[in-house]
Amino acid sequence: MHIPDGFLDNDVALATGVIAAAAVGYGVRRAGRTLDERTVPLLGVTAAFVFAAQMLNFPVAGGTSGHFLGAALAAVLLGPWTATVVLSVVVTAQAFMFADGGITALGANILNMGVIGALAVGGLMLAARRILPRRRSVLLGVTAVGAWSAVMLGALATALQLAASGTVPLGTVVPAMLGVHALIGIGEAAITVTAVAAVLAARPDLIAGAPPAAPAVRHTAIVQEA
Amino acid sequence: MRRVSTNVLCAVGAAIAVGMATALSPFAASSPDGLERVAEDTGFAGDGRLHELQASSPVPDYAFPGIADERLATGLAGFVGTLGVLLCGIALAALIRRIGRRPVGAST
Repeated sequence: MHIPDGFLDNDVALATGVIAAAAVGYGVRRAGRTLDERTVPLLGVTAAFVFAAQMLNFPVAGGTSGHFLGAALAAVLLGPWTATVVLSVVVTAQAFMFADGGITALGANILNMGVIGALAVGGLMLAARRILPRRRSVLLGVTAVGAWSAVMLGALATALQLAASGTVPLGTVVPAMLGVHALIGIGEAAITVTAVAAVLAARPDLIAGAPPAAPAVRHTAIVQEA
Repeated sequence: MRRVSTNVLCAVGAAIAVGMATALSPFAASSPDGLERVAEDTGFAGDGRLHELQASSPVPDYAFPGIADERLATGLAGFVGTLGVLLCGIALAALIRRIGRRPVGAST
């Protein structure tokens, strides 16, 4: 979903750049307060995983492929604001090292593939923690819905920016982008759930919204009753 | 499952990332992605161009330069790129943490 230079007009590139810079700037401030010794390497590893997984295009319908975005995964593992930092590292490296995604479109790409999905998933997780039971199945279900939604929202934002730039009519690009990304989002959900389940099995304490350490609690209760 | 230390988790995660990018990326689907497909189908794919800064990209289009074998070039690009992003990410996170811990600015 990387927008190259030439797809967006200057106004849209500037506006998305300003919004992305503000969001990531705030993300950096938040990350500065919340990062600790264990999450510093985790941020790097998450960025590396997102970069690697983004290279692995998978086929979807009719001569089209899709690839992982990773905003949802980063948001579940590190929180939404730190996730914006992770995705801006990845997308910036892709633009400057690999000529993937434009330079003037960098802000739009960080917004579409990082900020929007991360904040949407962050909001969804927060809501789920308040109203849904803290269970592994619930967390993974919310992760799946969040990952799919992050791709759809990113695709919608991309379509709106292309239409606002006069590149393609709104009525053409919105259904086209949402149609193909509804399929790609399923891949995103599958990869995100797999990765979150793996971390959940190894280190549930790292994930906000993970079920409490149920076995220990249950054990204590049994001992007290006996 | 027994809980693993953060260092082990990070090492395993980094190894999976580098391994995937190196060994699997040469076999990834090469058809256009969602946006590229829409751009081709609705007729604006031709608007895309490289920025002048990208004319000298170190690894253009995920193909390590100077290597004739396409799969090897892609795998090497994945290896170098993932390690690069890993190190940049850790360095940036360490820097952000150091700046963030300084008692300057507002605290809420």
